[in-house]
Amino acid sequence: MKKSFYITIFCLLCLQTAYGQLFSTSTGVASFYSKAPLEDIEATNKSVTAIISTTTNQVAIKVPIRSFKFPNGLMEEHFNENYMDSEKYPSASFSGKINESIDYTKNGTYKVTVTGKLNVHGVEQDRTLTGTLQVVDNKLVIDAEFVIALADHKIDVPTAVFTKIAEKIQVKVHLDCLPKK
Amino acid sequence: MKKLLALLLFGVVYGATAQDDDLLKLLDQEKPQETNYTIATFKSTRIINGHSVEGMAAKHLDFRISHRFGQLSDGAYNLWGLDQAYIRIALEYGLTNRILVGVGRSNYQKAYDGFMKVKLLRQSTGKVTMPVSVSLFGSVAVNTLRMNLPTPDATFAFSNRLVYTTQLLVARKLNERFSVQLTPTWVHRNYVETSPEPHDVFALGIGGRVKISKRVAFNIDYYHVFSEQLMKTNTNSLAMGFDIETGGHVFQLQFTNSTGMIEKTFITETTGDWGKGNIHYGFNISRTFSFDRKRAK
Repeated sequence: MKKSFYITIFCLLCLQTAYGQLFSTSTGVASFYSKAPLEDIEATNKSVTAIISTTTNQVAIKVPIRSFKFPNGLMEEHFNENYMDSEKYPSASFSGKINESIDYTKNGTYKVTVTGKLNVHGVEQDRTLTGTLQVVDNKLVIDAEFVIALADHKIDVPTAVFTKIAEKIQVKVHLDCLPKK
Repeated sequence: MKKLLALLLFGVVYGATAQDDDLLKLLDQEKPQETNYTIATFKSTRIINGHSVEGMAAKHLDFRISHRFGQLSDGAYNLWGLDQAYIRIALEYGLTNRILVGVGRSNYQKAYDGFMKVKLLRQSTGKVTMPVSVSLFGSVAVNTLRMNLPTPDATFAFSNRLVYTTQLLVARKLNERFSVQLTPTWVHRNYVETSPEPHDVFALGIGGRVKISKRVAFNIDYYHVFSEQLMKTNTNSLAMGFDIETGGHVFQLQFTNSTGMIEKTFITETTGDWGKGNIHYGFNISRTFSFDRKRAK
């Protein structure tokens, strides 16, 4: 029994080392913009966490829903309570793989596409997102802009407030990732 | 040995297929950076009659109309109470996210009331974990009815018209559906009509809500006055009803045996008996206005 325990540990260690160099952040920024006839709503979140593995080209991003700050408190409560069910689904996430091969050792700006799973409101969607990746002196800066359709993620908007909330929400993400210790 | 091989194989396969998720899991392992304060333990600043632990967000004004019809037991002649109306109109404002102040006027006893509610503790998870939310509530109510004085030059001191209420509200959102609240209450009446009645009345409020759908909740709000402090004709206040939320409005529809809508009336002056049909149908309408436009950036 003892042996199998060591082997499990060994396997787990392999798993860890398989990522090679990791870059990460816990202060990434995500913001969204909803444009509707009656009201434009904008919210910003400065607690986005992300990890990039430069050996496997994988990316994982996690957005704590509760950390979105709104122009007013009532909007924030409605966003969490009525639309995002943030108690049930505390975070949104994206995990995927960068399709292009990138030389992480050279400074430069690359256009990238990332294919993976976007999980918002507990509903997963296969998406390919586009953005830019900059390599700046051992730092990775990622910027991405994409659209989330509320219906794709089963976020219900009652007809009474339809004129206040857009069906498609524009999302921007900005990540400054540093080498992970 | 076979076991070990199987494990190894499992390890390799697992490693190969589950990497995306594992990067996410690595993220999950990070310590929570922020404290998440529980929101919406109750939909509104009232459970039904009594205050909930909730306040208003800073710079938000709540325009609130509370309304109770007469009693179902008034019978067909009074259309089961619908002919009568008791109403309280109030403006309540969030000075900060923790401090709510309000003034109201009830036509019942022509009473004015002013109150302040302060959030002392906020239920939270994450960096700071707090199991309950606690608010402190204080109010003054003034009965401004004209007095029938025995002689024309007799006086009735203004201070005799005042009643103070102090409450400690302790609530916990058990999960997204259930919230409960305990409310130890102390009502001080400067003046009582007969000498055996005490100036100080102690009660315990018990309230709760069950969320039925995203925008509808069922609430119960009960106040138990301890051991015969009041007259035999007094009863404990019980209210049951629904919260319905639409954007900036919260509608509360309820049935209660209390006529008044401020603490001193529904806790110490309720005489209605549910068993005898002394039940008021009523509603609270709350409309929130935001004066907070600068926050986000």
